[in-house]
Amino acid sequence: MGITTILFWFLSALALLSAIMVLASKNPIHSILWLIAVFFAISGHYILLNAQFLAIVNLIVYAGAIMVLFLFVIMLMNLNSHTEPQKNIWMKLAGVISGGILFTILISVIRSSADMVNRTAQLKEGNIGLINTLGKVLFSDYVIPFEISSVLFLSAMVGAVVIGKKN
Amino acid sequence: MQNLTHRSKDVDRRPLSLWEKMYIPSVAKGMSITFGHMFKKVPTIRYPEETRPFSPVFRGLHVLNRDEEGRERCTACGLCAVACPAEAITMEAAERKAGEENLYREEKYAARYEINMLRCIFCGLCEEACPKDAIYLSETFAPSNYARKGFIYGKEDLLIPDPKTQASDLAAAKGQE
Amino acid sequence: MTLLALDWFLLIEKLILIAIVITASLVIAMYATYAERKVAAVMQDRIGPNRAGPFGLLQPLADGLKLFFKEEIIPDSSNRFLFILGPCLAMLTAMMTCAVVPWGSSVEIAGRTIQLQIADINIGILYVFGVVSLGVYGIMIGGWASNNKFSLMAALRGASQVISYELAMGISLIALLMLTGSLSIKTIVEQQVGHVWNIVYQPVGFLIFFVCAMAECNRAPFDLPEAESELNMGYHQEYSSMKLGFYLFSEYINMFISSAIMASLYFGGYDVPFLGHAHLAPNLLAIIGVVAFLVKIFIFIFVFMWIRWTLPRFRYDQLMNLGWKALIPLALANMLVTAVVILLRG
Repeated sequence: MGITTILFWFLSALALLSAIMVLASKNPIHSILWLIAVFFAISGHYILLNAQFLAIVNLIVYAGAIMVLFLFVIMLMNLNSHTEPQKNIWMKLAGVISGGILFTILISVIRSSADMVNRTAQLKEGNIGLINTLGKVLFSDYVIPFEISSVLFLSAMVGAVVIGKKN
Repeated sequence: MQNLTHRSKDVDRRPLSLWEKMYIPSVAKGMSITFGHMFKKVPTIRYPEETRPFSPVFRGLHVLNRDEEGRERCTACGLCAVACPAEAITMEAAERKAGEENLYREEKYAARYEINMLRCIFCGLCEEACPKDAIYLSETFAPSNYARKGFIYGKEDLLIPDPKTQASDLAAAKGQE
Repeated sequence: MTLLALDWFLLIEKLILIAIVITASLVIAMYATYAERKVAAVMQDRIGPNRAGPFGLLQPLADGLKLFFKEEIIPDSSNRFLFILGPCLAMLTAMMTCAVVPWGSSVEIAGRTIQLQIADINIGILYVFGVVSLGVYGIMIGGWASNNKFSLMAALRGASQVISYELAMGISLIALLMLTGSLSIKTIVEQQVGHVWNIVYQPVGFLIFFVCAMAECNRAPFDLPEAESELNMGYHQEYSSMKLGFYLFSEYINMFISSAIMASLYFGGYDVPFLGHAHLAPNLLAIIGVVAFLVKIFIFIFVFMWIRWTLPRFRYDQLMNLGWKALIPLALANMLVTAVVILLRG
């Protein structure tokens, strides 16, 4: 077992454990912190795949911004045992059934797709995730979707500023 | 309302001009002011090492004086206590016994003499009231203390050293003034 | 056995470098507290600390000892684990940024070329950015776990402030990155060595970056999370002893690191102007470079303090106005102008 393999198993175990803890912990703040741990584990996987750019962007965007906003909202909502909504048994049952169906579909898709079965991830090599490759692909093959989404983000930001200006 | 002095300034509530809205000129102005202060002379006096000289008319802690032969001058007449506006001085008189002529100048002397430095306002009226030149205000002030008791100065705290037997102490006390 | 196939010399070399960098940044942060008080003093016509040791130079040690010996209080109603995690995270994220700063070029010792940088990763700036954006967790978790409304308010303020200013910071950086064409800090510094520093091309970008860096470090005039007058100490209100010390310390380390980043991005890093390729031994040149880099950092730290002791704190709406209505449009315009100029010059 090389270091990479050990790291891979460690990160996988960490990701799964944290993901379970997200669901299992009672306190919503703890759930969010476990979710952040999941993102860290996934970023670790990206680094193992030699995709440092994706790893760090995953951290900046998800762990650094979106999770902060989650934390923000939950801290403001002041959730505790008194305000916990009543869950009735049918809701729980429906949740279990729909989640189970999704899980089965995912497993069957992964098992049946021939593309994935015989391939393993490239560890420590390959330059698909490097920023140069990614930039070239984004600005040549996928330039239109990329530009459209960046215009969308820009307009969202301008919109925020405009809404702020009104008052 | 009419202004009594012309020192007050009306608040300017006009909206900021573009130049002012850029903030940076005024920030630079403020920063140049603070930078200039770095080269100003520091007015601090490093206290225990440096002290400021007292003015010649400074009225500080009291001393009870002795005459040239080292005898206490105070005769416990009580004029200082009467003159004291803060009622800080109390005393008990006693009669001089035979053989104590080298200790007390007059036939009556103060057996107990106390000044409460917390009450004292250092006005110097006791000094002026004294007919025997026995009490003077020196050029020191009362050091700090943890208890109120420490601020009630008795005779042993107030009397100056005997010029005959403790000449060196007296010189030291004068030199310190 | 790939496990043992490591380059042991490299490992030892890096470990020594890490130890040196961490010690240096801790000592510099320690003396930054002293410098802060001295700078405040001279700007207010005072003397400042002068009792502990000559010129008060032992004052930081005395402060540190005092913090160590203070009673540790963990509030009963706080979340114990998160309460302790908060200052740890603040310190961790502050220290982590050191890894990608190039402290100098390389020195040669006993035939080995040693890079004076812990890790030259090709996404250095993004790494810094990612760690900085994680830095807010120290404040948020600590503030929430204290179970105190002032701390919570401060945590929320801190989070929204950091997120808002990260935007403008990122956009101002993009303009710089378009010029350099690289995300590695080492490459950016190397491009500036012997050439014009990036500040000449990006004065507006630097100004925006500087303001945002001040906001990210929670330094005055952007110290709203710990505003004494409104939130009495803010997110570290419930903290005592060395946990408080960690929070205070991480602020100074952040200041040191952001000064280092600004010096390397805009002011040539370890480049010494007019030295060129003078006929000096390469090791000596490297050491001169490190000293020059430190001097640049100290100048930045002084400017940080100078600003703190000059400007009053922003009101919260003013802070948000500045971030969203002034800095972001300005950064966008700066980016566009840079792009147009690059396009025209081909």
